[in-house]
Amino acid sequence: MFRNQYDTDVTTWSPAGRLFQVEYAMEAVKQGSAAIGLRSKTHIVLGCVNKANSELSSHQKKIFKVDDHIGVAIAGLTADGRVLSRYMRNECINYSFTYESPLPVGRLVVQLADKAQVCTQRSWKRPYGVGLLVAGLDESGAHLYYNCPSGNYFEYQAFAIGSRSQAAKTYLERRFESFTDASRDDLVKDALMAIRETLQGETLKSSVCTIAVVGVGEPFHILDQATVQQMIDAFEIVGEQEGPAAAAGQEASAEPEAEQGGAAAGEGVAPMDI
Amino acid sequence: MNFMASKQPENSLLGPEADSQRTLYPYVTGTSVVALKYKDGILMAADMGGSYGSTLRYKSVERMKPIGKHSLLGASGEISDFQEILRYLDELILYDNMWDDGNSLGPKEVHNYLTRVMYNRRNKFNPLWNSLVLGGVKNGQKYLGTVSMIGVNFEDNHVATGFGNHLARPILRQEWHENLSYEDGVRLLEKCMRVLLYRDRSAINKLQIAKITEEGMTISQPYSLKTYWEFSAFANPAQGAVGTW
Repeated sequence: MFRNQYDTDVTTWSPAGRLFQVEYAMEAVKQGSAAIGLRSKTHIVLGCVNKANSELSSHQKKIFKVDDHIGVAIAGLTADGRVLSRYMRNECINYSFTYESPLPVGRLVVQLADKAQVCTQRSWKRPYGVGLLVAGLDESGAHLYYNCPSGNYFEYQAFAIGSRSQAAKTYLERRFESFTDASRDDLVKDALMAIRETLQGETLKSSVCTIAVVGVGEPFHILDQATVQQMIDAFEIVGEQEGPAAAAGQEASAEPEAEQGGAAAGEGVAPMDI
Repeated sequence: MNFMASKQPENSLLGPEADSQRTLYPYVTGTSVVALKYKDGILMAADMGGSYGSTLRYKSVERMKPIGKHSLLGASGEISDFQEILRYLDELILYDNMWDDGNSLGPKEVHNYLTRVMYNRRNKFNPLWNSLVLGGVKNGQKYLGTVSMIGVNFEDNHVATGFGNHLARPILRQEWHENLSYEDGVRLLEKCMRVLLYRDRSAINKLQIAKITEEGMTISQPYSLKTYWEFSAFANPAQGAVGTW
Protein backbone atom coordinates (compact mmCIF):
# COMPACT_ATOMS: atom_id res chain seq x y z
CA MET A 1 0.00 0.00 0.00
CA PHE A 2 1.29 3.42 -0.84
CA ARG A 3 0.51 6.88 0.44
CA ASN A 4 -2.18 8.72 -1.46
CA GLN A 5 -4.33 11.80 -1.16
CA TYR A 6 -7.31 9.93 0.32
CA ASP A 7 -5.66 8.37 3.31
CA THR A 8 -5.42 11.24 5.79
CA ASP A 9 -8.91 11.01 7.26
CA VAL A 10 -10.92 7.99 8.21
CA THR A 11 -13.96 9.86 6.97
CA THR A 12 -12.60 10.27 3.45
CA TRP A 13 -13.53 7.73 0.80
CA SER A 14 -11.17 6.98 -2.02
CA PRO A 15 -12.59 7.05 -5.56
CA ALA A 16 -12.35 3.27 -5.57
CA GLY A 17 -14.65 3.11 -2.55
CA ARG A 18 -12.02 2.34 0.07
CA LEU A 19 -11.36 3.79 3.49
CA PHE A 20 -7.59 3.76 3.65
CA GLN A 21 -7.31 4.56 7.34
CA VAL A 22 -9.33 1.44 8.13
CA GLU A 23 -7.10 -0.61 5.86
CA TYR A 24 -4.02 0.84 7.53
CA ALA A 25 -5.49 -0.18 10.87
CA MET A 26 -5.83 -3.75 9.57
CA GLU A 27 -2.19 -3.50 8.53
CA ALA A 28 -1.33 -2.81 12.17
CA VAL A 29 -2.95 -6.12 13.05
CA LYS A 30 -0.77 -7.89 10.50
CA GLN A 31 2.33 -6.40 12.10
CA GLY A 32 1.49 -7.67 15.58
CA SER A 33 2.78 -11.02 16.81
CA ALA A 34 0.72 -14.02 15.88
CA ALA A 35 -2.41 -15.22 17.61
CA ILE A 36 -4.36 -18.34 16.67
CA GLY A 37 -7.63 -19.91 17.65
CA LEU A 38 -9.32 -23.21 16.91
CA ARG A 39 -12.44 -24.92 18.11
CA SER A 40 -14.12 -28.27 18.46
CA LYS A 41 -17.73 -28.92 19.34
CA THR A 42 -17.03 -28.47 23.02
CA HIS A 43 -13.75 -26.59 23.42
CA ILE A 44 -11.90 -23.60 22.03
CA VAL A 45 -8.16 -23.09 22.28
CA LEU A 46 -6.44 -19.74 21.87
CA GLY A 47 -2.72 -19.41 21.45
CA CYS A 48 -0.30 -16.61 20.83
CA VAL A 49 3.36 -15.95 20.33
CA ASN A 50 4.84 -13.92 23.15
CA LYS A 51 8.12 -12.33 22.33
CA ALA A 52 9.61 -10.13 24.98
CA ASN A 53 11.50 -7.07 23.74
CA SER A 54 14.63 -8.06 25.57
CA GLU A 55 15.74 -10.68 28.04
CA LEU A 56 15.31 -8.16 30.80
CA SER A 57 11.63 -7.42 30.18
CA SER A 58 8.52 -9.50 30.64
CA HIS A 59 6.37 -10.23 27.66
CA GLN A 60 3.13 -8.48 26.81
CA LYS A 61 -0.17 -9.96 27.81
CA LYS A 62 -2.09 -10.85 24.68
CA ILE A 63 -4.70 -13.23 25.98
CA PHE A 64 -7.38 -11.93 28.30
CA LYS A 65 -10.09 -13.66 30.26
CA VAL A 66 -13.31 -11.81 29.69
CA ASP A 67 -15.61 -14.06 31.70
CA ASP A 68 -15.72 -17.70 32.75
CA HIS A 69 -17.06 -18.60 29.35
CA ILE A 70 -15.31 -16.05 27.10
CA GLY A 71 -11.68 -15.23 26.39
CA VAL A 72 -9.91 -13.15 23.79
CA ALA A 73 -6.52 -13.21 22.06
CA ILE A 74 -5.30 -10.03 20.39
CA ALA A 75 -2.85 -9.01 17.70
CA GLY A 76 -1.82 -5.46 16.89
CA LEU A 77 -1.80 -2.47 19.20
CA THR A 78 -1.99 -4.25 22.51
CA ALA A 79 -3.05 -1.08 24.30
CA ASP A 80 -6.16 -0.91 22.13
CA GLY A 81 -6.68 -4.59 22.85
CA ARG A 82 -6.51 -4.01 26.58
CA VAL A 83 -9.10 -1.27 26.41
CA LEU A 84 -11.46 -3.41 24.35
CA SER A 85 -10.99 -6.31 26.77
CA ARG A 86 -12.01 -4.02 29.59
CA TYR A 87 -15.12 -3.08 27.63
CA MET A 88 -15.94 -6.74 27.04
CA ARG A 89 -15.45 -7.61 30.70
CA ASN A 90 -17.74 -4.77 31.66
CA GLU A 91 -20.45 -5.88 29.28
CA CYS A 92 -20.24 -9.45 30.54
CA ILE A 93 -20.38 -8.53 34.16
CA ASN A 94 -23.30 -6.14 33.69
CA TYR A 95 -25.27 -8.76 31.82
CA SER A 96 -24.48 -11.37 34.45
CA PHE A 97 -25.63 -9.04 37.18
CA THR A 98 -28.94 -8.21 35.54
CA TYR A 99 -29.83 -11.64 34.21
CA GLU A 100 -27.75 -14.03 36.35
CA SER A 101 -26.83 -15.69 33.13
CA PRO A 102 -23.71 -15.58 30.95
CA LEU A 103 -23.74 -13.13 28.04
CA PRO A 104 -24.04 -15.06 24.76
CA VAL A 105 -20.73 -14.67 22.84
CA GLY A 106 -22.51 -13.85 19.61
CA ARG A 107 -24.05 -10.77 21.17
CA LEU A 108 -20.81 -9.58 22.73
CA VAL A 109 -19.09 -9.89 19.38
CA VAL A 110 -21.75 -7.79 17.66
CA GLN A 111 -21.48 -5.12 20.35
CA LEU A 112 -17.71 -5.11 19.87
CA ALA A 113 -18.08 -4.85 16.11
CA ASP A 114 -20.53 -1.96 16.42
CA LYS A 115 -18.09 -0.21 18.75
CA ALA A 116 -15.32 -0.62 16.16
CA GLN A 117 -17.58 0.64 13.39
CA VAL A 118 -18.18 3.90 15.23
CA CYS A 119 -14.49 4.63 15.00
CA THR A 120 -14.64 4.31 11.23
CA GLN A 121 -17.28 6.98 10.91
CA ARG A 122 -16.14 9.83 13.17
CA SER A 123 -13.62 12.39 12.03
CA TRP A 124 -12.26 12.85 15.54
CA LYS A 125 -11.60 9.15 16.15
CA ARG A 126 -9.30 6.54 14.70
CA PRO A 127 -10.03 2.86 14.18
CA TYR A 128 -8.83 0.42 16.85
CA GLY A 129 -5.55 -1.05 15.67
CA VAL A 130 -6.17 -4.51 17.02
CA GLY A 131 -7.66 -7.74 15.77
CA LEU A 132 -9.45 -9.89 18.33
CA LEU A 133 -9.98 -13.62 18.34
CA VAL A 134 -12.95 -14.08 20.65
CA ALA A 135 -13.50 -17.57 22.02
CA GLY A 136 -16.69 -18.32 23.88
CA LEU A 137 -19.24 -20.86 24.92
CA ASP A 138 -22.95 -20.37 24.89
CA GLU A 139 -26.18 -22.34 24.65
CA SER A 140 -25.59 -23.17 21.01
CA GLY A 141 -22.08 -24.53 21.58
CA ALA A 142 -18.47 -23.44 21.16
CA HIS A 143 -17.69 -20.39 19.04
CA LEU A 144 -14.63 -18.64 17.68
CA TYR A 145 -14.97 -15.18 16.17
CA TYR A 146 -12.55 -12.76 14.60
CA ASN A 147 -13.23 -9.05 15.14
CA CYS A 148 -11.61 -6.67 12.67
CA PRO A 149 -10.76 -2.98 13.09
CA SER A 150 -13.16 -2.37 10.23
CA GLY A 151 -16.10 -3.40 12.40
CA ASN A 152 -16.60 -6.69 10.60
CA TYR A 153 -16.70 -9.96 12.40
CA PHE A 154 -16.62 -13.53 11.18
CA GLU A 155 -17.08 -16.89 12.79
CA TYR A 156 -14.37 -19.45 12.27
CA GLN A 157 -13.57 -23.08 12.91
CA ALA A 158 -9.94 -22.00 13.16
CA PHE A 159 -8.04 -18.83 12.35
CA ALA A 160 -4.71 -17.08 12.75
CA ILE A 161 -3.84 -13.38 12.76
CA GLY A 162 -0.69 -11.33 13.08
CA SER A 163 2.74 -11.66 11.55
CA ARG A 164 3.55 -14.95 9.76
CA SER A 165 0.00 -16.05 10.45
CA GLN A 166 -0.22 -17.35 6.87
CA ALA A 167 1.97 -20.30 7.85
CA ALA A 168 -0.34 -21.14 10.73
CA LYS A 169 -3.39 -20.68 8.51
CA THR A 170 -1.99 -23.14 5.99
CA TYR A 171 -1.50 -25.70 8.73
CA LEU A 172 -5.00 -25.08 10.09
CA GLU A 173 -6.55 -25.31 6.65
CA ARG A 174 -5.03 -28.75 6.23
CA ARG A 175 -6.25 -29.99 9.58
CA PHE A 176 -9.46 -28.17 10.34
CA GLU A 177 -11.83 -30.96 9.35
CA SER A 178 -10.63 -33.00 12.28
CA PHE A 179 -11.18 -30.24 14.81
CA THR A 180 -14.93 -30.58 15.37
CA ASP A 181 -14.64 -33.96 17.04
CA ALA A 182 -11.12 -33.60 18.40
CA SER A 183 -10.46 -34.06 22.08
CA ARG A 184 -9.39 -31.13 24.22
CA ASP A 185 -5.78 -32.26 24.36
CA ASP A 186 -5.58 -32.83 20.63
CA LEU A 187 -6.92 -29.35 20.08
CA VAL A 188 -4.17 -27.90 22.30
CA LYS A 189 -1.56 -29.91 20.41
CA ASP A 190 -2.89 -28.57 17.12
CA ALA A 191 -2.70 -25.06 18.53
CA LEU A 192 0.93 -25.58 19.51
CA MET A 193 1.71 -26.97 16.06
CA ALA A 194 0.10 -23.96 14.43
CA ILE A 195 2.14 -21.63 16.63
CA ARG A 196 5.27 -23.52 15.71
CA GLU A 197 4.54 -22.83 12.05
CA THR A 198 4.64 -19.10 12.70
CA LEU A 199 8.01 -19.36 14.43
CA GLN A 200 9.66 -20.35 11.14
CA GLY A 201 12.27 -22.73 12.48
CA GLU A 202 12.75 -21.19 15.90
CA THR A 203 12.40 -23.68 18.75
CA LEU A 204 8.96 -23.88 20.22
CA LYS A 205 9.12 -23.55 23.97
CA SER A 206 6.60 -22.49 26.57
CA SER A 207 8.45 -19.24 27.23
CA VAL A 208 7.61 -17.89 23.77
CA CYS A 209 3.97 -18.86 23.64
CA THR A 210 0.79 -18.70 25.69
CA ILE A 211 -2.12 -21.11 25.45
CA ALA A 212 -5.61 -20.69 26.88
CA VAL A 213 -8.57 -23.06 26.86
CA VAL A 214 -12.30 -22.74 27.40
CA GLY A 215 -14.79 -25.55 27.11
CA VAL A 216 -17.88 -27.27 28.40
CA GLY A 217 -17.31 -27.71 32.12
CA GLU A 218 -13.98 -25.89 31.85
CA PRO A 219 -13.95 -22.15 32.54
CA PHE A 220 -11.59 -19.99 30.52
CA HIS A 221 -8.07 -20.14 31.85
CA ILE A 222 -4.52 -19.71 30.64
CA LEU A 223 -2.43 -22.86 30.86
CA ASP A 224 0.65 -22.53 33.02
CA GLN A 225 4.09 -22.73 31.50
CA ALA A 226 4.93 -26.15 32.94
CA THR A 227 1.86 -27.80 31.44
CA VAL A 228 2.50 -26.20 28.07
CA GLN A 229 6.13 -27.30 28.07
CA GLN A 230 5.03 -30.85 28.91
CA MET A 231 2.72 -30.91 25.93
CA ILE A 232 5.39 -29.49 23.66
CA ASP A 233 7.85 -32.14 24.80
CA ALA A 234 5.24 -34.85 24.31
CA PHE A 235 4.63 -34.15 20.67
CA GLU A 236 8.03 -32.80 19.61
CA ILE A 237 9.72 -36.09 20.39
CA VAL A 238 7.03 -38.19 18.77
CA GLY A 239 7.00 -35.77 15.84
CA GLU A 240 10.70 -36.41 15.11
CA GLN A 241 10.22 -40.20 15.13
CA GLU A 242 7.09 -40.27 13.06
CA GLY A 243 8.36 -37.72 10.51
CA PRO A 244 10.06 -40.11 8.10
CA ALA A 245 7.42 -42.80 8.66
CA ALA A 246 4.60 -40.45 7.80
CA ALA A 247 6.39 -39.26 4.68
CA ALA A 248 6.81 -42.86 3.52
CA GLY A 249 3.17 -43.63 4.27
CA GLN A 250 2.18 -40.55 2.26
CA GLU A 251 3.87 -41.89 -0.84
CA ALA A 252 2.46 -45.37 -0.35
CA SER A 253 -1.22 -44.51 0.03
CA ALA A 254 -3.12 -43.88 -3.18
CA GLU A 255 -5.77 -41.52 -1.92
CA PRO A 256 -5.57 -39.26 1.08
CA GLU A 257 -7.66 -40.68 3.88
CA ALA A 258 -8.46 -37.65 5.90
CA GLU A 259 -10.05 -39.55 8.80
CA GLN A 260 -7.19 -41.93 9.26
CA GLY A 261 -4.58 -39.21 8.96
CA GLY A 262 -6.51 -37.08 11.38
CA ALA A 263 -6.72 -39.86 13.94
CA ALA A 264 -3.04 -40.71 13.62
CA ALA A 265 -2.05 -37.08 13.78
CA GLY A 266 -4.05 -36.81 16.96
CA GLU A 267 -1.63 -39.20 18.56
CA GLY A 268 1.29 -36.88 17.81
CA VAL A 269 2.27 -37.53 14.18
CA ALA A 270 4.20 -34.73 12.47
CA PRO A 271 2.22 -32.08 10.65
CA MET A 272 3.50 -33.45 7.34
CA ASP A 273 0.49 -35.67 6.87
CA ILE A 274 -1.86 -36.10 3.92
CA MET B 1 -54.19 31.55 59.07
CA ASN B 2 -54.35 28.56 56.77
CA PHE B 3 -57.08 26.11 57.79
CA MET B 4 -56.66 23.97 54.70
CA ALA B 5 -54.40 20.99 55.35
CA SER B 6 -51.33 21.28 53.20
CA LYS B 7 -51.00 18.70 50.46
CA GLN B 8 -47.26 19.28 50.19
CA PRO B 9 -45.53 15.94 50.62
CA GLU B 10 -42.79 16.03 53.21
CA ASN B 11 -40.04 14.94 50.91
CA SER B 12 -38.09 18.14 50.37
CA LEU B 13 -35.03 16.25 51.55
CA LEU B 14 -35.17 14.28 48.33
CA GLY B 15 -34.06 17.34 46.38
CA PRO B 16 -35.01 17.44 42.71
CA GLU B 17 -37.48 14.64 43.20
CA ALA B 18 -39.46 16.64 45.73
CA ASP B 19 -42.17 17.50 43.26
CA SER B 20 -42.46 14.19 41.50
CA GLN B 21 -45.11 11.80 42.56
CA ARG B 22 -44.27 8.46 43.97
CA THR B 23 -46.40 5.46 44.71
CA LEU B 24 -47.67 5.77 48.25
CA TYR B 25 -50.53 3.26 48.21
CA PRO B 26 -52.18 0.99 45.67
CA TYR B 27 -55.63 1.70 44.21
CA VAL B 28 -56.85 -1.18 42.07
CA THR B 29 -55.42 -4.41 43.38
CA GLY B 30 -55.35 -8.09 42.56
CA THR B 31 -55.14 -10.69 45.27
CA SER B 32 -53.17 -13.92 45.58
CA VAL B 33 -51.37 -15.80 42.83
CA VAL B 34 -50.44 -19.43 43.50
CA ALA B 35 -48.05 -21.51 41.41
CA LEU B 36 -46.33 -24.86 41.53
CA LYS B 37 -43.91 -26.99 39.51
CA TYR B 38 -45.31 -30.19 38.09
CA LYS B 39 -44.02 -32.95 35.86
CA ASP B 40 -44.02 -31.05 32.55
CA GLY B 41 -43.64 -27.45 33.72
CA ILE B 42 -45.39 -24.85 35.81
CA LEU B 43 -49.03 -24.43 36.80
CA MET B 44 -50.23 -21.05 37.98
CA ALA B 45 -53.62 -19.88 39.23
CA ALA B 46 -55.06 -16.46 39.89
CA ASP B 47 -58.56 -15.13 40.14
CA MET B 48 -59.81 -12.38 37.87
CA GLY B 49 -60.66 -9.81 40.47
CA GLY B 50 -59.52 -6.19 40.63
CA SER B 51 -60.53 -4.65 43.94
CA TYR B 52 -60.91 -0.93 44.44
CA GLY B 53 -60.32 -0.81 48.17
CA SER B 54 -62.97 -3.03 49.69
CA THR B 55 -65.16 -3.00 46.58
CA LEU B 56 -64.79 -5.91 44.16
CA ARG B 57 -64.88 -3.48 41.26
CA TYR B 58 -63.43 -5.33 38.24
CA LYS B 59 -64.16 -8.96 37.60
CA SER B 60 -62.36 -9.78 34.36
CA VAL B 61 -58.80 -8.81 35.07
CA GLU B 62 -56.23 -11.16 33.56
CA ARG B 63 -53.46 -11.28 36.09
CA MET B 64 -51.31 -13.85 34.29
CA LYS B 65 -49.52 -13.16 31.02
CA PRO B 66 -47.01 -14.99 28.84
CA ILE B 67 -43.56 -13.40 28.49
CA GLY B 68 -41.55 -14.33 25.43
CA LYS B 69 -41.42 -18.01 24.49
CA HIS B 70 -40.48 -19.48 27.81
CA SER B 71 -42.06 -17.59 30.69
CA LEU B 72 -45.31 -16.84 32.46
CA LEU B 73 -45.81 -13.86 34.78
CA GLY B 74 -48.50 -13.61 37.44
CA ALA B 75 -49.01 -10.52 39.56
CA SER B 76 -50.87 -9.41 42.61
CA GLY B 77 -51.06 -5.84 43.87
CA GLU B 78 -51.56 -2.67 41.87
CA ILE B 79 -52.94 -3.55 38.42
CA SER B 80 -51.65 -0.40 36.72
CA ASP B 81 -48.11 -1.21 37.94
CA PHE B 82 -48.52 -4.73 36.55
CA GLN B 83 -49.39 -3.18 33.19
CA GLU B 84 -46.29 -1.01 33.45
CA ILE B 85 -44.18 -4.10 34.14
CA LEU B 86 -45.69 -5.77 31.08
CA ARG B 87 -44.57 -2.80 29.01
CA TYR B 88 -41.00 -3.07 30.37
CA LEU B 89 -40.98 -6.77 29.60
CA ASP B 90 -42.46 -6.25 26.17
CA GLU B 91 -39.57 -3.97 25.33
CA LEU B 92 -37.08 -6.41 26.84
CA ILE B 93 -38.40 -9.31 24.79
CA LEU B 94 -38.58 -7.15 21.69
CA TYR B 95 -34.90 -6.25 21.88
CA ASP B 96 -34.07 -9.83 22.67
CA ASN B 97 -35.91 -10.97 19.53
CA MET B 98 -34.29 -8.27 17.43
CA TRP B 99 -30.87 -9.89 17.96
CA ASP B 100 -32.33 -12.72 15.89
CA ASP B 101 -29.48 -14.99 16.87
CA GLY B 102 -31.00 -18.13 18.32
CA ASN B 103 -30.46 -17.00 21.91
CA SER B 104 -33.48 -16.11 23.99
CA LEU B 105 -34.16 -14.90 27.50
CA GLY B 106 -35.40 -17.73 29.68
CA PRO B 107 -37.45 -17.55 32.87
CA LYS B 108 -34.34 -17.26 35.04
CA GLU B 109 -33.14 -14.21 33.13
CA VAL B 110 -36.57 -12.55 33.18
CA HIS B 111 -36.89 -13.22 36.90
CA ASN B 112 -33.54 -11.61 37.62
CA TYR B 113 -34.31 -8.67 35.39
CA LEU B 114 -37.55 -8.11 37.30
CA THR B 115 -35.70 -8.36 40.60
CA ARG B 116 -33.38 -5.58 39.47
CA VAL B 117 -36.29 -3.42 38.36
CA MET B 118 -38.26 -3.92 41.56
CA TYR B 119 -35.27 -3.33 43.80
CA ASN B 120 -34.18 -0.23 41.96
CA ARG B 121 -37.65 1.27 42.20
CA ARG B 122 -37.76 0.47 45.89
CA ASN B 123 -34.47 2.28 46.38
CA LYS B 124 -35.94 5.37 44.79
CA PHE B 125 -38.89 5.22 47.17
CA ASN B 126 -41.16 4.75 44.18
CA PRO B 127 -42.02 1.06 44.15
CA LEU B 128 -44.05 -0.90 41.67
CA TRP B 129 -46.65 -2.13 44.10
CA ASN B 130 -46.71 -5.78 43.04
CA SER B 131 -45.79 -9.24 44.14
CA LEU B 132 -44.77 -11.16 41.06
CA VAL B 133 -44.61 -14.84 40.25
CA LEU B 134 -42.42 -15.84 37.32
CA GLY B 135 -42.48 -19.39 36.03
CA GLY B 136 -41.31 -21.14 32.90
CA VAL B 137 -39.47 -23.96 31.21
CA LYS B 138 -36.41 -23.69 29.01
CA ASN B 139 -34.34 -26.54 27.61
CA GLY B 140 -36.13 -28.95 29.90
CA GLN B 141 -35.31 -26.94 33.00
CA LYS B 142 -38.30 -25.84 35.06
CA TYR B 143 -38.05 -22.52 36.87
CA LEU B 144 -40.37 -20.89 39.38
CA GLY B 145 -39.56 -17.71 41.29
CA THR B 146 -41.10 -14.73 42.96
CA VAL B 147 -40.21 -11.05 43.48
CA SER B 148 -41.82 -8.68 45.90
CA MET B 149 -42.27 -4.92 45.69
CA ILE B 150 -39.17 -4.39 47.78
CA GLY B 151 -37.04 -6.66 45.65
CA VAL B 152 -37.04 -9.77 47.82
CA ASN B 153 -36.67 -12.67 45.42
CA PHE B 154 -36.29 -16.41 45.59
CA GLU B 155 -37.03 -19.62 43.73
CA ASP B 156 -38.95 -22.57 45.02
CA ASN B 157 -41.04 -25.57 43.96
CA HIS B 158 -44.20 -23.72 44.85
CA VAL B 159 -44.80 -20.02 45.50
CA ALA B 160 -47.68 -17.73 46.33
CA THR B 161 -48.31 -14.05 46.89
CA GLY B 162 -50.30 -12.20 49.49
CA PHE B 163 -52.84 -14.30 51.36
CA GLY B 164 -51.68 -17.28 49.36
CA ASN B 165 -48.54 -17.34 51.48
CA HIS B 166 -50.60 -17.90 54.61
CA LEU B 167 -53.40 -20.09 53.29
CA ALA B 168 -52.03 -21.90 50.24
CA ARG B 169 -48.35 -22.52 51.04
CA PRO B 170 -49.09 -24.73 54.09
CA ILE B 171 -51.31 -26.92 51.90
CA LEU B 172 -48.59 -27.08 49.26
CA ARG B 173 -45.92 -27.90 51.80
CA GLN B 174 -47.99 -30.90 52.87
CA GLU B 175 -49.17 -32.14 49.53
CA TRP B 176 -46.71 -31.02 46.85
CA HIS B 177 -44.28 -33.61 45.56
CA GLU B 178 -41.92 -33.96 42.65
CA ASN B 179 -43.44 -34.95 39.28
CA LEU B 180 -47.06 -34.17 39.94
CA SER B 181 -49.28 -35.07 37.03
CA TYR B 182 -51.19 -32.32 35.30
CA GLU B 183 -54.49 -33.44 36.87
CA ASP B 184 -53.00 -33.68 40.35
CA GLY B 185 -51.39 -30.25 39.95
CA VAL B 186 -54.65 -28.65 38.92
CA ARG B 187 -56.49 -30.41 41.74
CA LEU B 188 -53.93 -29.12 44.24
CA LEU B 189 -54.15 -25.57 42.91
CA GLU B 190 -57.93 -25.68 43.02
CA LYS B 191 -57.79 -26.84 46.60
CA CYS B 192 -55.63 -23.82 47.44
CA MET B 193 -57.82 -21.43 45.47
CA ARG B 194 -60.94 -22.76 47.17
CA VAL B 195 -59.52 -22.05 50.61
CA LEU B 196 -58.56 -18.58 49.43
CA LEU B 197 -62.06 -18.08 48.07
CA TYR B 198 -63.59 -18.97 51.41
CA ARG B 199 -61.22 -16.97 53.53
CA ASP B 200 -59.80 -14.05 51.47
CA ARG B 201 -62.23 -11.17 51.36
CA SER B 202 -60.79 -9.84 48.10
CA ALA B 203 -61.04 -13.16 46.26
CA ILE B 204 -63.76 -13.73 43.67
CA ASN B 205 -65.09 -16.99 42.31
CA LYS B 206 -63.79 -16.58 38.79
CA LEU B 207 -60.34 -17.90 38.15
CA GLN B 208 -57.95 -18.96 35.47
CA ILE B 209 -55.29 -21.63 35.58
CA ALA B 210 -52.28 -21.22 33.31
CA LYS B 211 -49.85 -23.91 32.28
CA ILE B 212 -46.43 -23.47 30.78
CA THR B 213 -44.34 -26.32 29.40
CA GLU B 214 -41.50 -26.68 26.92
CA GLU B 215 -44.11 -26.57 24.15
CA GLY B 216 -45.64 -23.28 25.23
CA MET B 217 -48.19 -21.59 27.39
CA THR B 218 -51.91 -22.14 27.64
CA ILE B 219 -54.37 -20.34 29.84
CA SER B 220 -57.77 -21.71 30.69
CA GLN B 221 -61.02 -19.94 30.13
CA PRO B 222 -62.35 -18.31 33.29
CA TYR B 223 -64.33 -20.71 35.44
CA SER B 224 -65.74 -21.00 38.94
CA LEU B 225 -65.02 -23.37 41.77
CA LYS B 226 -67.77 -25.32 43.43
CA THR B 227 -68.31 -24.14 46.94
CA TYR B 228 -70.30 -25.50 49.83
CA TRP B 229 -71.74 -23.15 52.37
CA GLU B 230 -73.99 -25.55 54.27
CA PHE B 231 -71.43 -26.56 56.86
CA SER B 232 -73.19 -26.53 60.19
CA ALA B 233 -70.43 -24.39 61.63
CA PHE B 234 -71.30 -21.71 59.11
CA ALA B 235 -74.92 -21.76 60.26
CA ASN B 236 -74.00 -20.59 63.71
CA PRO B 237 -70.54 -19.11 63.38
CA ALA B 238 -70.50 -17.43 66.78
CA GLN B 239 -71.07 -20.66 68.66
CA GLY B 240 -68.05 -21.68 70.66
CA ALA B 241 -66.20 -18.47 69.74
CA VAL B 242 -67.19 -15.71 72.10
CA GLY B 243 -66.83 -12.21 70.67
CA THR B 244 -66.69 -13.24 67.02
CA TRP B 245 -69.18 -12.26 64.40
